[in-house]
Amino acid sequence: MQIAFTINGAPTAAEAQPRVTLADFLREKLKLTGTHVGCSHGVCGACTVIVDGAAIRSCLTLAVQADGCHVTTVEGLSPSGDLSPLQAAFRKHHALQCGFCTPGMLMTLHALLTDEPYADEARIREVLGGNLCRCTGYIPIVAAACEARIAYQGAKVQP
Amino acid sequence: MKLPPFDYRAPTSLQEALALLADHPGDARLLAGGQSLIPILAFRLAQPALLIDLRHVPSLNHIDINDSATTLGAMVRWCEIEKSEPLPQAQPLLYDACLHIAHFQIRNRGTVGGSLAHADPAAELPGVAVCCEARIRLSSGQEIAAAEFFTGALQTTLAPEEMILAVVFPAWPAARKWGFAEFARRPGDLAIAGIALFYDLDMAGRARDAHIAVIGATNLPMRLSSAEARLNGADLNEAALAAVAQAAADSADPPADIHASIAYRKSLVATLVRRALVQAMSR
Repeated sequence: MQIAFTINGAPTAAEAQPRVTLADFLREKLKLTGTHVGCSHGVCGACTVIVDGAAIRSCLTLAVQADGCHVTTVEGLSPSGDLSPLQAAFRKHHALQCGFCTPGMLMTLHALLTDEPYADEARIREVLGGNLCRCTGYIPIVAAACEARIAYQGAKVQP
Repeated sequence: MKLPPFDYRAPTSLQEALALLADHPGDARLLAGGQSLIPILAFRLAQPALLIDLRHVPSLNHIDINDSATTLGAMVRWCEIEKSEPLPQAQPLLYDACLHIAHFQIRNRGTVGGSLAHADPAAELPGVAVCCEARIRLSSGQEIAAAEFFTGALQTTLAPEEMILAVVFPAWPAARKWGFAEFARRPGDLAIAGIALFYDLDMAGRARDAHIAVIGATNLPMRLSSAEARLNGADLNEAALAAVAQAAADSADPPADIHASIAYRKSLVATLVRRALVQAMSR
């Protein structure tokens, strides 16, 4: 069926079979291969993207369910091509090794810190419980997230 | 791990959704948040001809709280429960249990109705619904007690042409004592075992009307009547705690699987009953 949605700010229309997950659709139809597919059944978090402001597992969402929605993938984190503050913090803290889980980590944290820029370390750790990293370990990832918070705080007052 | 082929419809009214369901007897599945259904399809445990997406069906996503009951619409998502301001006071046990459900991304999609219909024996909402004697409102106009709705692992009395509209929790007295404790290997994973309990206090400060429900350690969420009987009328001291915990472990009939043995789960039940009771006593 024909679907229309906004991907990383750009209105897009495409044909999608109902059985195709949003993750596969992004990778295979739109060639946005920054979104990674680890487990395909909602355990690992590598495929996390943001739909209408909420971080979701794109392997547990059908492409047709994104019809009419705003979708942001890791390619949309920094339209300029420079590293976003969160990405820069990941680089500074060596918060990745093989990098497979990184797109999911970034999108999860981007959604969290956009909503909750004053999230404390415990909250960050709780949220990252839905994302598996099998090589770096979580300490540098949490450190990067903590450092990036200030870039999201802007005009938002601490609750 | 790719999904089997199916047709997809996203009706914009309840009538339209029910008509689609009736037109495909036994061969259509309702898609709410999809956080259990999509993995089921990926594993080819179900191959429905049609998915009926409820995301455009109005008036299923309300949280209504009044003096007699709290009603959660079938399409209420976990993240909406988490952000509800009145719910922690209106239904503290329900609210606290829901904070244990799944991971951040799944909480943004998963729904009340989906969890009830999926009926995972380790899921929090079915357990709390049974504990609190909640009633499940169906599209047929019937309301069924949660304890009668769940009939086994992933099994309910829901007919193929029926839809869950809401779950209704009776009002919660402010002075009620309650606790919720579960154990999972990662926060957000399904519980290996979990306990939801509450009781009221009589004039002498003894427990009465005890409700103790178990998840994860049985093949469906259920109350543990022998443990409740131990708690009713008891002075809340160390000996009573031990007796209630032991009664709960004795009456639980847990499965053995790759996550835990029968003995381990029984031991967990005793530990979690004790933890939940300690919480309750401190409230």
